[in-house]
Amino acid sequence: MVSLSDLEEFRHEVRRWLGANCPESMRTPVLSDADYYLGGSNPEFSHPDQKRWADLMAEKGWTTPTWPSEYGGGGLTREEAAILRDEMSAIGARSPLNSFGISMLGPALLEYGNEDQKSEHLPKIVRGEITWCQGYSEPGAGSDLASLQTRAEDTGDHYLVNGQKVWTSFADKADWIFCLVRTDNSGTKHEGISFLLVEMASEGVSVRPIKLISGKSSFCETFFDNVRVPKENLVGEEGKGWEIAKYLLTHERETISGFGQDSSGRTLAEVATEEIGLGADGRLEDGVLRRDVAQLEVDLLAFAATMDRVRDEAKAGQGLGAASSIVKYCGTELNKRRFELMMSLHGERALAWEGEHCDDGEMPRAWLRTKANSIEGGTSEIQLNIVAKRVLGLPS
Amino acid sequence: MALVLDDDQLMLRDTAGRFLAERAPIAQLRRLRDEHDELGYSAQLWQEMATMGWPGIAIPEKFGGLGMGYTELGIVLEQVGRNLSASPLEASALVGATAVAELGTEAQKESLLPAVAGGELTFALALQEGSRHQPRKTAMSALKQSDGWVLQGRKVLVFDGHTADKMIVVARTAGRPGDETGLSVFVVDADTDGVLVERVVMVDSRNSANVSFDGVEVGPDGLLGSEGGAYAPLQRVLDIANVGMAAELLGLSAEAFERTLEYLKVREQFGVPIGSFQALQHRAAKMYAELELARSIVLTSLQAIDGADDSLSALASACKAKLCEVATLVTAEAIQMHGGIGMTDEADIGLFIKRARVAQQTYGDYSYHLDRFARLNSY
Ligand SMILES: Cc1cc2nc3c(=O)[nH]c(=O)nc-3n(C[C@H](O)[C@H](O)[C@H](O)COP(=O)(O)OP(=O)(O)OC[C@H]3O[C@@H](n4cnc5c(N)ncnc54)[C@H](O)[C@@H]3O)c2cc1C
Repeated sequence: MVSLSDLEEFRHEVRRWLGANCPESMRTPVLSDADYYLGGSNPEFSHPDQKRWADLMAEKGWTTPTWPSEYGGGGLTREEAAILRDEMSAIGARSPLNSFGISMLGPALLEYGNEDQKSEHLPKIVRGEITWCQGYSEPGAGSDLASLQTRAEDTGDHYLVNGQKVWTSFADKADWIFCLVRTDNSGTKHEGISFLLVEMASEGVSVRPIKLISGKSSFCETFFDNVRVPKENLVGEEGKGWEIAKYLLTHERETISGFGQDSSGRTLAEVATEEIGLGADGRLEDGVLRRDVAQLEVDLLAFAATMDRVRDEAKAGQGLGAASSIVKYCGTELNKRRFELMMSLHGERALAWEGEHCDDGEMPRAWLRTKANSIEGGTSEIQLNIVAKRVLGLPS
Repeated sequence: MALVLDDDQLMLRDTAGRFLAERAPIAQLRRLRDEHDELGYSAQLWQEMATMGWPGIAIPEKFGGLGMGYTELGIVLEQVGRNLSASPLEASALVGATAVAELGTEAQKESLLPAVAGGELTFALALQEGSRHQPRKTAMSALKQSDGWVLQGRKVLVFDGHTADKMIVVARTAGRPGDETGLSVFVVDADTDGVLVERVVMVDSRNSANVSFDGVEVGPDGLLGSEGGAYAPLQRVLDIANVGMAAELLGLSAEAFERTLEYLKVREQFGVPIGSFQALQHRAAKMYAELELARSIVLTSLQAIDGADDSLSALASACKAKLCEVATLVTAEAIQMHGGIGMTDEADIGLFIKRARVAQQTYGDYSYHLDRFARLNSY
């Protein structure tokens, strides 16, 4: 008899476990942003099963499959994590927990944090007990992030932080913020930046929500007024935070490029067929839209193949230069095109914002939200600059 | 299959690239053009390719090939694209041999494929009749006789048709133009009575032919595949052909892009390299990103051929459409960014857009494949 290879055995085990533990309600498509479970000390649930599902997954470390098990992660290899992903998508299982902690801070702490920081923060991220927000941008420092001005003064036993952050997503819900602060003004603008972890409940931190054009207000301004931050909350070396900032941005870009998948799980072609109808020749009755749909679907195929290739090449130690910039640029521009087309396909029905039978304007809100994809995490123009300069070596 | 080249494939890519850059560089294409070479390719180069086994890369070992696969053939075709190397590799090995392998009987494969693999026998596909690729509209007739068929009709855009030893001819044994059924495929010796070949040098300086078949008699063993049932297997042959052409388009686009990039770094205006202008940097970066997408879909499609993926058709059309789009973008931008020099015959950059235009049009262009992709996805 042929014995199953280890990976196949793992697949069987995963399939069995998911079958037994993933609640039916968590095997349905995510319909809106509110459907994502974000964790935190004041969690919000759109379904009672959300917590159970996240807890069960966290117990196995599968909210963060590849993190080391000593910090609560799943300790899986890339191959095993890919199997878990496959098996989850095979039953349509939702991602149990979504957070900046998982997608951004965690990887940065694993790379640059000290032992205390890792064992303090990582397990809480895995279990979704605390949520993080990102304090990078400032009113005068967006694309030119390194010109940030928020100061952290070393007063001996702690840092005294003063300044303002802006566009801090979910700052009003977050328990902690990871910040870029200036600890030194004497060198070039990339020097003297430090990476600091700050508890939002600290005295002197205040937050003001800003409404987005989509009508949502996950956006905030964050103010620091003489905030005392213990020195053990400095990640990496003082003044050497830029490297960590960039490392984290790489993860952010890859995360953002995956946003905005059609939540209903239907392809554009299916939506188009339903909304517009086929002519006697089996073709969509609007020839211009048909062409737009086909062009976009071809590009989506090429993009999906690129995501696979990036993963496979990374595994094989080859790899695209600046893959994260290309993926961010292409992925977010495609998302925008996809939602523009969705709006056209749905026609008049996509315009309703409030009222009965309009799902709270889910469609137009999602469409407007995608406009941010090519701004947040570094604009498309900045990604193109990075490719031009770093990958193609074009002169300044 | 992982979407990466393994060590053997990387080695094949590098060897093929080096060989072609040395033995069949763009200068050779110029020479063939300027000397109005009779073959339109170098016979010696073709023999060297044969020595390396290239014509038989995708042909199974039992039929005298290397038994590697279409991924490997695609890797070589990408390098062919980079160097704009003229040879019978596309018409004969990519298309002709594939038609025999997909449609032929064991006996036909045994008698034909080893000779192709050895570089002794070349094929040309005689399919298109009007100015556009429309296999279903084939009108050319094959009239059944007591002992075989009689072919009557005219074909255009028969690549390498003036040099091929044998033609693979698509004709109608039943039905009317537009029908899927009734199409049959025949193998015809180019020197058969009634075959009239008129050479046409194309915009890319490569060769094609208009071929008339006037009462051409074909014996019973000249039928490739079932009578009247060629449409489906022919589609698969064309899927493979299109992915191969896409690999070539990828190579020529990548090369045109890299040459342009180099130019952006050295050409100075206003006292600075033109590549320091952001307007050009962003266009260059977009082209690079598009080329990465193109590379992914080509590799995915090549692997889908070898993996006997049954969704190949839609993927192949997506792949060809994408590469038509990317090649159009990149080759036109290449000329634009070279400025006046880009418009001169003396500069090589203009040769890329010419080859791209022909490769795009071959076996269905952008709109054909976008339409086919949509149809295969039921909309
Ligand atoms: C929905 C959303 C969520 C966000 N969440 C967070 C968050 O959680 N935490 C956080 O810290 N930040 C967050 N951001 C901020 C985001 O990272 C910044 O908005 C972004 O980096 C752009 O900065 P800016 O808004 O100041 O635009 P600016 O930098 O003022 O840019 C304006 C325009 O000029 C262009 N431009 C600027 N410089 C160049 C150049 N050199 N070459 C060419 N064009 C250029 C830009 O591309 C853009 O089109 C978020 C933004 C959005 C929209």
